[in-house]
Amino acid sequence: MCRLIAITSDEYFSPMENILALETMKEGHDGSGMGLVLKNLGGEFEELKQYPILSGICSKDGIKVLDDYMERLGFKLIYTWTPKIKLVKGIQKREHYFARVYDYPEEIKDRSKDEKEDLLLRTRVSLRRMGEEDESIIVFSFYPDILTIKEVGDPIELSGFFGLQDSHLKAKIIFAQGRQNTNYQINLYACHPFFIQGYGSMTNGENTAFVPIKEFLMSRGFYGYMGYNSDSEVFTHILHYICKRLGYPLHYYKDVITPLKLSEIEKRPDRDAVWLLKTSLRHLCIDGPNCVIGFTPDGSCFMVQDSKKLRPGVVGGHSGKYCLTSEECGLERAIPKRDKTKDVFPMKYDMVIVSPEAKEVKVWNQQTGEYLLDSN
Amino acid sequence: MEPAGRLDHNHELSLKDFPFIVRWRDDRCSRCGKCTAVCPMRSIEASVVVKRQLRSEGPLPKPVEVRKVETIVKQVTDIDRYCVGCGTCTLVCPNEAIEPELNQHSKFLFHKNKGGYPWRRGGRRNDPQVSTLDRLKFTRISMLTDPALDAGRHEFRIRTYIGRILPAEELPLITDNGRLVVDKGGRFIPPVREIYPVMIGSMSVGALSPSMWEGLAMGVTYLNEVEGMPVVMCSGEGGMPRRLLKSRFIKYFIPQIASGYFGWDEIIHSIPHMVEDPCAIEIKYGQGAKPGDGGLLMAQKVTKLIAEIRGVPMFVDLPSPPTHQTKYSIEESVAKMIQSMYMAWGFRVPVYPKISGTKTARFVLNNLARNPYAAALCIDGEDGGTGAAYNVSLDKMGHPIASNIRDCYLDLVRQGKQNEIPLIAAGGIGKKGNVAANAAALFMLGASAVAIGKYIMQAAAGCFGDEMGRCNICNIGRCPRGITTQEPRLYRRLDPDKVAERVVEVFKAIDVELKKIFAPMGRSTELPIGMSDGLGADDAAIAERLQISYVC
Repeated sequence: MCRLIAITSDEYFSPMENILALETMKEGHDGSGMGLVLKNLGGEFEELKQYPILSGICSKDGIKVLDDYMERLGFKLIYTWTPKIKLVKGIQKREHYFARVYDYPEEIKDRSKDEKEDLLLRTRVSLRRMGEEDESIIVFSFYPDILTIKEVGDPIELSGFFGLQDSHLKAKIIFAQGRQNTNYQINLYACHPFFIQGYGSMTNGENTAFVPIKEFLMSRGFYGYMGYNSDSEVFTHILHYICKRLGYPLHYYKDVITPLKLSEIEKRPDRDAVWLLKTSLRHLCIDGPNCVIGFTPDGSCFMVQDSKKLRPGVVGGHSGKYCLTSEECGLERAIPKRDKTKDVFPMKYDMVIVSPEAKEVKVWNQQTGEYLLDSN
Repeated sequence: MEPAGRLDHNHELSLKDFPFIVRWRDDRCSRCGKCTAVCPMRSIEASVVVKRQLRSEGPLPKPVEVRKVETIVKQVTDIDRYCVGCGTCTLVCPNEAIEPELNQHSKFLFHKNKGGYPWRRGGRRNDPQVSTLDRLKFTRISMLTDPALDAGRHEFRIRTYIGRILPAEELPLITDNGRLVVDKGGRFIPPVREIYPVMIGSMSVGALSPSMWEGLAMGVTYLNEVEGMPVVMCSGEGGMPRRLLKSRFIKYFIPQIASGYFGWDEIIHSIPHMVEDPCAIEIKYGQGAKPGDGGLLMAQKVTKLIAEIRGVPMFVDLPSPPTHQTKYSIEESVAKMIQSMYMAWGFRVPVYPKISGTKTARFVLNNLARNPYAAALCIDGEDGGTGAAYNVSLDKMGHPIASNIRDCYLDLVRQGKQNEIPLIAAGGIGKKGNVAANAAALFMLGASAVAIGKYIMQAAAGCFGDEMGRCNICNIGRCPRGITTQEPRLYRRLDPDKVAERVVEVFKAIDVELKKIFAPMGRSTELPIGMSDGLGADDAAIAERLQISYVC
């Protein structure tokens, strides 16, 4: 079972906060990988928020291919961030780690947001396919104000490897996963958090309904629903499908992945709609033990549990900084000064939503369809 | 010269030519006559023989020949009165003196065409081989990397849908104040029912005896009303009792319309008086046991009750043509038929076709997928049963259900319509008794529901039939268990209450077994439709064909 920690704040903070919290949960991850997704970036990226950032890893040959390809598409490189690598025993160094900021091609600059997002995702998918076989190009995200770092190794060692202690890298939302590889090959594309067009999520668990969900997503005719080196990637894509493709409010994500029983639906004020979602999106129902922590483009962060709440998960903090994590010790490390009586342990019907800029925590209850708890 | 054949019985069949030979034990028989009275085929009869005995008695015994006339039970060699091996004689014998024995040397198929009429019978395909469904195992067990569920403690939702399901992109939903609401002025939303994924398949009033049909209907109603299990049952062709049509229990039933339209006059006239809608309507275009063949309810089965329900005179043969006479093309006539049936209930009742398993099932499905009203497709595989058919149809026609369902499901996946048109699999589920395992395997191959027929007859009423040719005389109206007969002396043997009790027991047991399968696989929230990674086959060719893993 992997360990997860997401921190959302109204101020910029270092990913070391997440990594040190992961260290307290060390028995839960085995060095098979760490993933970091940073959103609402600070530091050197603060002035570059409108430009898409391509995060990834390349070999020597791969970087040339990537450069040629990006140039051909008309993307102009305006800034490159590379971590200051310090060799650490046990971590195999790859040739180029990067986060490259590009300006859009001229013909796209005045297009709509959707058209830009479409181009970014298509570019990312193409690059992934170009380098997948020989691992010469690995790309994790290509989106404005999002930076992703992933590598195999222990989180605290990786933080040394990437020189994160001394880095100016900061963000207002940082998701981190300490991976315990269980049932799939160790592959960087299997490392959480996953990201697609502004939506991201990470999970500790096992999705036993993976194959029907994967087949359903892949048959939606959307080029971005691919990959699936991990059974958890579908959680991110379901989120994207529900909120972006179908345009439903966020809490319906919970109704789709863990649908209510018919007798329970009848008590919901929006019962007709919930019944239609239950039937039409039956193949997106997840199963198995899973705690899902995710974010949406507006900076909301959330936590939901599987339909039986088979995994731990807690949300705590104070206005201005909240932490969503799989273990209480992680929360204790990340935000020790908080009113612990206000910690929220979401149960099977709950969806905990932390609003943008970490202003407040709300708990939406699936049975009633209402918000139960408002931190304010 | 006169042929010798007439003198030495050369043109007669010997018992060795018959599928079953009756083993009768002289020493045990008390000559009570029960066996001969009960034999549905009159294969055995009381007879007499003269026995020559040598007796040596007295102080100076001298062998003396004595001739004695004795009564015996004798198996006849008339091909029309062949022993079907049902074993009713054994059942009634007080002294275990009689029992039919399967004859491996039988030459029955060479001779059972007297008068140029091929063998007609009821039952199922005579193939005792293990079916593909029984070659499948559930090999993805949640172990340590994720906790398995507890079948006894956790909640399991073993439910499915029947009805045309709109893709999410087409749902008429709008967001109002952070909530989704249905746009009342939006598009038509087809009716969808939530049901138990194991249903009782189509067996008609007429093919089944009143006791059997009533027992099944009571069992289904009890499961719904008392046990909270939404099990539904299809009527088969031939209508339903008027009292049931007008009762609130009709919602647990699926009236079937087939090529003879029997019973539909009564159903249509009952519509204004119905207090509930039926669960769905099944249009039968084919049957797995006898693809391309029609039906026939023999005159002697058309009793007063049957005649009333079907709206026909008593004691006339009721043939259902092999195809619907109005069927011109799937795009036109089938679509019209589906829409007409929708119209009859104001578009509140799902309507779906049933076809026999066939290589062309995918074509049918693809067409139905384009028809916005088709509520499901029921595919009936070759191991389905029937009340009457030609032996050649039963044994040699049709398609196994496993690969048929898999092909159809994967076709839907390719089109992204795997959740829009539910597939109902039938034909051979529980052939060897593993009903829950077979059903679960079919779900994982892509079926949304399964329908059982023979299994419930065997489990709930003790049907004698098997795949070795035993009994299978549902067609002649002399079912020794009283299941498929309209003869009161026979069906009074069957207690409808006991049948209903068994139906309830069987479904409760299926429910537990399904949980025992789903729990270790970590599935509980929705039916694991298409969860093909959970399956393995012990045969590489089967695994490759079904696109599942090969395990050994």
